[in-house]
Amino acid sequence: MFNLTNVVMEMNGEMDANGGRRTIMQIRDLKKVFNGTVVAVDGVTFDVYEGEIFGFLGPNGAGKTTTISMLTTLLRPTSGTATVCGFDILKEPNEVRKRIGVVPQEYTADEDLTGYENIMFCADLYGIPRRISRERADELLRLVELEVAKDRKVETYSGGMRRRLELACGLINHPRVLFLDEPTLGLDVQTRAAVWQYIRKLKEEYGMTLFLTTHYLEEADALCDRIAIIDHGKIVKIGSPKELKDSLGGDVIELGVQESDDDLTPLISSVQHVKEVKRVSPSEYRIKSELGEVTAPMVIDALRSKGYRVNKISLTRPTLDQVYLELTGKSIREENGDRTQAMRQRMIMRRARS
Amino acid sequence: MSDLTTAEANKNLVQPAGGIPAPGDKSNSTIISSSPYHGLWALTNRELKKWYKNPVILLLSLIQPVLWLGLFGKAMNFGAIFTDGAFSIPGLNIPKEIINQLGTMLMLNVFGTTDYFSFLAVGMLSFIVLFTAMFSGMSIVWDRRLGTLNKVMSTPVARGSIVMSKILSSVIRSLVQASIILVLAVLLGMNISNITAIGVLGTFASLALLSFGFSAIFLMLALRSTNQNTQMAVVNLLNLPLLFGSNALFPASFMPEWLQAFVKINPISYATDIGRQMLLGAGGMGTLAFDFAYLTAFAAAFSIVGIMLSWRLLTK
Ligand SMILES: Nc1ncnc2c1ncn2[C@@H]1O[C@H](COP(=O)(O)OP(=O)(O)OP(=O)(O)O)[C@@H](O)[C@H]1O
Ligand SMILES: [Mg+2]
Repeated sequence: MFNLTNVVMEMNGEMDANGGRRTIMQIRDLKKVFNGTVVAVDGVTFDVYEGEIFGFLGPNGAGKTTTISMLTTLLRPTSGTATVCGFDILKEPNEVRKRIGVVPQEYTADEDLTGYENIMFCADLYGIPRRISRERADELLRLVELEVAKDRKVETYSGGMRRRLELACGLINHPRVLFLDEPTLGLDVQTRAAVWQYIRKLKEEYGMTLFLTTHYLEEADALCDRIAIIDHGKIVKIGSPKELKDSLGGDVIELGVQESDDDLTPLISSVQHVKEVKRVSPSEYRIKSELGEVTAPMVIDALRSKGYRVNKISLTRPTLDQVYLELTGKSIREENGDRTQAMRQRMIMRRARS
Repeated sequence: MSDLTTAEANKNLVQPAGGIPAPGDKSNSTIISSSPYHGLWALTNRELKKWYKNPVILLLSLIQPVLWLGLFGKAMNFGAIFTDGAFSIPGLNIPKEIINQLGTMLMLNVFGTTDYFSFLAVGMLSFIVLFTAMFSGMSIVWDRRLGTLNKVMSTPVARGSIVMSKILSSVIRSLVQASIILVLAVLLGMNISNITAIGVLGTFASLALLSFGFSAIFLMLALRSTNQNTQMAVVNLLNLPLLFGSNALFPASFMPEWLQAFVKINPISYATDIGRQMLLGAGGMGTLAFDFAYLTAFAAAFSIVGIMLSWRLLTK
């Protein structure tokens, strides 16, 4: 619908040495201490590149929301600096605010107003002239498929509709960076998929940079260009999903051979790509390797050529779950139940108001 | 498809070349210079919309002052007590006219007007202003709890506008409610023989000033609060002392010294005094000029402090 080939960028991003990507956010040793004792964010340093989807992963209380709050100028860092779109979050917060959109963890739309009124309210906060904001509101409502419901009060909206409305509100100023704090929390699988589809569409249509936190690792894996895993306020790992998974030492090949007294470990180790071999039992080996799908047949060939027969083989690729577990010591699955519950409570409290 | 193209074409027609970019153009569409009043009005309007779209709240907020008017104003009709033979001393045969005259003089001396209902009606105007202001603080507590405040603060809207909008909407609400109370009071028999347009304008100006000051105070109290119960407790703690420690319900001249001293600094007294002088032609506590000066200082001081505090407190 729109011609988006010409992306004119403001000249305040810096060229990055590796890959020539433009840096849109620079975070340097950012730290937040609450009440002098609670260290919520403990000196994080990273860059976010223009046009990427950057995911922030971490267990409850890791400091994700606090980081987003500082980058969106809601919280004053205890120390450290950050620039967003080339503007210092402390020195020129208003310039930052003009260029970002925020979709917070909670539903913040006004229940007593209609969807359309909510969007127009956001537009007015950015000082967008009416004639433009009306057009944009229609366009965004169409994008998130809320046209039919736009004149209904938000209190009649379902969770998914509210999320979509929040998305639309966060986009009204056509931000260069959109911050999403757990955009799919508390939504069912279908709605989650739909929200992600919108987010992808938005990124393509507006060429935005997305900074998001999520607890759904499959989503982070599938959508994010890069991921930072944060725990206890510190970034423990940063990289593309593939890099993170590779950091686990690659794929795991489990091999069953005919029982024999010979230790086949040296033989298997000599195969290309194999990184680590462990004899689990006299007839079973556990191999860590890169490019498992290529290595496995080579291992079989190597064994066969020496007269050993392989009678069982399995290949497991590392998942982001395993990475997360290894780095934070917590399984993300255990947490999701609690979180959905917390979200419910929040919704109930909100209802009690009306 | 052809529909779409026409729509696109129209869009281009509407938009001046080189002006504000089309939706698809992301180059600098985010940077829109805005007037500071744009956001202020949006925020104020949001508050007002919630109010006028919900007539139940409006009605509920009117019930209390109307009840007070009915119960105190009509039941405790001091004028009737002192006149029309309700007041007689056994053994003394004083002619009725003299008693009535005495009663009228008594009323004039104590209340500055001949009927208590009118006296109280003006007090109720201040009452509604005070109560509306008290609850304006609650909305910012809710906004904070529900995350709306954070959402608003992530936009470039001026921090001062956030607090100012709450004050403004409270002032507007107060004045609308006061008008309704005034009309009801007149219908119920308030003395309007001395009413003038200037008098009404002056009274509402004083109420607006009162509302500015009190709304700012209660917002400041609410600014850092995350708990609506705390805020409720504060409101409950303050409302009756403020009301009874003023001349809104009873004249100050019969109060103990220490209470009189409080009445003299309580801005409610000044707004009520202006109302009584300008609507009823009653004798006042001080000159109109002094009353207005006092209220203006009160409103200005607390609005300014409120806005300055909001700068500091809203950024944690
Ligand atoms: N206003 C505050 N005052 C004191 N402590 C706070 C405050 N906000 C956050 N914290 C603490 O800072 C830490 C990080 O909180 P934060 O909300 O950033 O975590 P999170 O990673 O977003 O967690 P979640 O996944 O639950 O949203 C927590 O220990 C939290 O208790
Ligand atoms: Mg969080």
